Amino acid sequence: MKKGYESDPSAKGSGLASRTAPWLLGMALAVGFGHLAQAQEEIQRGGVLDFVVAGEAPSKDGHKETSYSVVHPYAPFYSLLIRVDPDNPQSTDFVCDLCVGDVPAPTNGGKTYTFEIREGVKFHDGTPLTAHDIEATYEKIINPPEGVPSARKSFFSMVESFEATDDTTIVFNLKFPSGAFLPSLATPFNWIYSKKDLEEHGFAWHEKNVNGSGPFRFVQHQPGAFVDGVRNDDYFHEGQPYLDGFKAIIAKKMSVRIQAIRGNRAGIEFRGFPPKARDDLVAALGDKLTVQESDWNCVLLFTPNHKRKFIEDPRVRRALTLAVDRWGGSKYLSRIAIVKTVGGVAFPGHPLAATRDELEEIAGYRPDLEASRAEARQLLEDAGATDLVIDLNNRDVDQPYKVVGTWLIDQWAKVGIKTEQRVRPTPQFYAALRNSYDFDVSIDFNCQSVINPIADVTKFLGSSGSNYGQYDDPVLEKIYADLERAGDEGEQRRLMRLYEKRALDEMAHLGVTLWWYKINPHRSYVKGWKIAPSHYINQQLDNVWIDPSLL
Amino acid sequence: MTGQSTVALGKIDDPIDKPALITRIRSLCRRQPLGAAGGIVVVVMCFAAAFAGFLTPYDPVANSLENMLSSPDGAHLMGTDEFGRDILTRVLYGARTALFIGLVAASLGATLGLVLGVASAYFGGIFDLVVQRIVDIFLAFPLVIMALAVVATLGPGVQNVIIAITVPFIPQCARVVRSSALALREIPYVDAARALGFSHARIILRHMAPNVMAPFLIMLTYFVGQAILLEAVLSYLGMGVQDPTPAWGLMLKGGAEEFLESAPWLSIFPGLAITLAVFGFNLFGDALRDLLDPKLRSR
Repeated sequence: MKKGYESDPSAKGSGLASRTAPWLLGMALAVGFGHLAQAQEEIQRGGVLDFVVAGEAPSKDGHKETSYSVVHPYAPFYSLLIRVDPDNPQSTDFVCDLCVGDVPAPTNGGKTYTFEIREGVKFHDGTPLTAHDIEATYEKIINPPEGVPSARKSFFSMVESFEATDDTTIVFNLKFPSGAFLPSLATPFNWIYSKKDLEEHGFAWHEKNVNGSGPFRFVQHQPGAFVDGVRNDDYFHEGQPYLDGFKAIIAKKMSVRIQAIRGNRAGIEFRGFPPKARDDLVAALGDKLTVQESDWNCVLLFTPNHKRKFIEDPRVRRALTLAVDRWGGSKYLSRIAIVKTVGGVAFPGHPLAATRDELEEIAGYRPDLEASRAEARQLLEDAGATDLVIDLNNRDVDQPYKVVGTWLIDQWAKVGIKTEQRVRPTPQFYAALRNSYDFDVSIDFNCQSVINPIADVTKFLGSSGSNYGQYDDPVLEKIYADLERAGDEGEQRRLMRLYEKRALDEMAHLGVTLWWYKINPHRSYVKGWKIAPSHYINQQLDNVWIDPSLL
Repeated sequence: MTGQSTVALGKIDDPIDKPALITRIRSLCRRQPLGAAGGIVVVVMCFAAAFAGFLTPYDPVANSLENMLSSPDGAHLMGTDEFGRDILTRVLYGARTALFIGLVAASLGATLGLVLGVASAYFGGIFDLVVQRIVDIFLAFPLVIMALAVVATLGPGVQNVIIAITVPFIPQCARVVRSSALALREIPYVDAARALGFSHARIILRHMAPNVMAPFLIMLTYFVGQAILLEAVLSYLGMGVQDPTPAWGLMLKGGAEEFLESAPWLSIFPGLAITLAVFGFNLFGDALRDLLDPKLRSR
C-alpha cells in the first residue's frame, strides 16, 4: 500500500448478478453496506495488499491439500480451467478462466464437454500454456499414480476419459450425465500445472515449488512468516490484477490477526473471525471497517479411526455421536466460535440438505438428549468400553478446532468417555491424520468450495482421498453410486437421506459437529473482494484493489 | 530457653520443640520478612493444590455454557471462561498442575545435577573436563529454548513437559554444586573415606553430597519457581499441558487472548497466579540462601 495508485475508468466493479439461484440469495446475510456501494466505484490500481493467514501451508501443492492455508497464499499464483464468477461468488455460476468464452454446454446427451483454451497464456517461467498442460494436470488429479495424493480424485468418478485433441482443445467424456462435473472442475484447488514441470520434476515438485500462470508471480516464502507475490504483467485477463503485489502474513494466533487488522498491519483475513472479534473491530474502527458475512460450506467433523480397538465397533462410534448435543452447541458456540448451523452431510439450506425433522431422525440429533446419552452409555457397556479413554488428534488453530475440540471432550465426558487431547501444529496434525493415523478420533473437516453436495459428500466415503477413518463400506459406496447417477432432485434427496443415515447413524463412520459461519471484517480500503460461501473460492485476487482514499 | 533445658534432660517430646520452631519462625519473619511472605505464598499454594476439591464446588473441566463469560460475582469470584468454567476453580486446580510439574521437574533436575556436579568434582581430570564442556554446551542455550527443543522432539503432555523442564536444570545445578564440591574434595575426611576403601558412589552420595546441601536447596527452590514459569510458557505456546486440563499457562491462551478486552478476568487471574507463585518461590529461595549461607547468616 506504499506505491502509487492510478484509476482505471474502463474497469468498473460489477453488481450482484441476477443469475444467482434463489436459495443462494438468502445465504449472504449481511454483506457490508459499503460493499454494495462499491459496485459503482472507480477501480484504483497499485498498492500491495497485506493479509493475514492463520496457518502455515502443509505444502504448496493444491492438488494434494485441502486447507485454506494453501489456497490463500498460493492461489494467486495459479489459474484454473473454469472458476466461480469472482464478481458473484455467492452464486453457482461458472466462468472461464483459462478457457475461452462461456463455459461450454455439454453435448452427446450431457456426456461430453469440449473446452477451447486461450492462446498466448504463459507460465511464469515463460513456458506457453496449452491444453496439454491442462490434460497433464487433470491426469494428476483424476488418475494419480500409486502413492501420489489427490484430495479430490473422488469428485471425478463420473469422468470416463479426457484428452487434449490439440493445443487449444480439451475434451472430457463422462460415463453418465452429471451435474457434479462442472462444480468439480471449478474447484479452486485444481491449479493448472505445467506438463513440463510434471514430466521433468515429478509429481511431488509442486509441494515445494511454484510455477503457475496466475495474476501474481511467486517471490518468496519465509517459513512461519510470510509468502510474497508480485504482479504478473503477462496475466491473460486484460488489465488485471489491479494490485502491485500481496503479502500473506502467517499469524497463527487469532488475537494477532485481529490486532493486525485493527492496527492496520493487514487489510483483511480471508478465512473468518468469530462474532466477538467482529463486534470489537466494528466498535474500534467504525466506518474504516466493512463486514461481509455468509453461511459457510464447511463443517467440522470428528473422524474415528476404524482400525483402533473399541473404535472399530459401530456401537462405540454411535455412542460418540449420541453424546453430542448439537442443538445446544449451536446456541452457545455460535457466540464464541465460527460455527453455527446444525446440519447433516449436505450444506444446510441446500435443496438436498436434511430438514430439521429429517435431522432429528438421526442419532445425535434427536431432541431428547438425555435419552440419546442413556443409549450411548448402554452401547458403551454392550461393547465393553465403559472405561473408554480416547486419544483425540486436534489442530493447533483456535477457530474453530480447539474451541469445538474442548466442547466435544466435555460432551463425551457426559457419557463417561475420557479424552486425552493432543493439539498439534498444522503440519503435524495432518501427518497424524493422513499418514501415521496416530489417533483414536481426530478432529476433521469437510470444507468445500463450490456448493455441490453430491460431490461434497464424498468425504464420507471410505474410498475418498480425503477420508482418514480407514474403513470400507460397500453399502455406502453403492448408495453413493446411485446418488451420483440419480436424474431428478426427488430421487437425489431420497438417496441423500439414505446415505446420511448410513454414514452418520447406522455405521457412524464420521461425526458431524456444526457447520461454520463466515464473518469477514476487513479494512474498508480493500475493494473488489466479495465473500463466498467458502473460504477457498475467489482467492486469486485478480479483481481485488485498494482504495487509497480510505487508507 | 525451655527447649535447651529439656534437651539437657534428654527428652525429645513435641512440646519442647514447638516453641523452638515457633521461635525460629518468628525469628525468620523478623530477619527475612520478604522470605516469610514468600513462604506464606508457597504454603497457600500447596494448600490450594491439595484441597482444591474442597475449596470450590465447581468442576474444573466440565463446561457450563449457559454461564459463559460471566464477570466476577458472588457465584463466581473470578468469573467464568468462554466455556462457562469457573476461573477460581481452574486457578486452584491449576496450582496442582503447576506444583506437580514444578516440584517433580525441580527435584529431578536438582538431584541429577547434584550427583553430576559432585561426581564431576570428585573424579576431576578428564571426566570433569568432559562433563563441564557438555554442561557448557547446555548452558549456552536459554532455558526456554532448551525446554522448547526437548518438548518439540518428544511432543506435548505432562510427562514430556517434566522431562523438557528437567533437562535444562541438570547442568545449571551441576555447575553450582561442582564449585562447592571442589572445595570439599580437598578436605581430609574425603581422603580418609577413600583410604578406608569406600566405593566412589558411597563417598559421593554419603560423604560429599550432604555437605553441598545448602546450594542444592537454594537451587531447588529457585528451580521450582522457574519450573512453574516454564510450564506456563510451554502450555501457553501449546507445547505443554493440553486442554481441558487446568493449567495457568493454558488459561492465558485461546479465549483469554480472544476476549482480552471484553472479559479481562480470563487472563488477569491466571496471570496473577503465575506471578505470585514464581515471586513466592523466588523470595523463599532467597531467604533460604541467606539462612543457609554462613557468610550471610551472621549479618
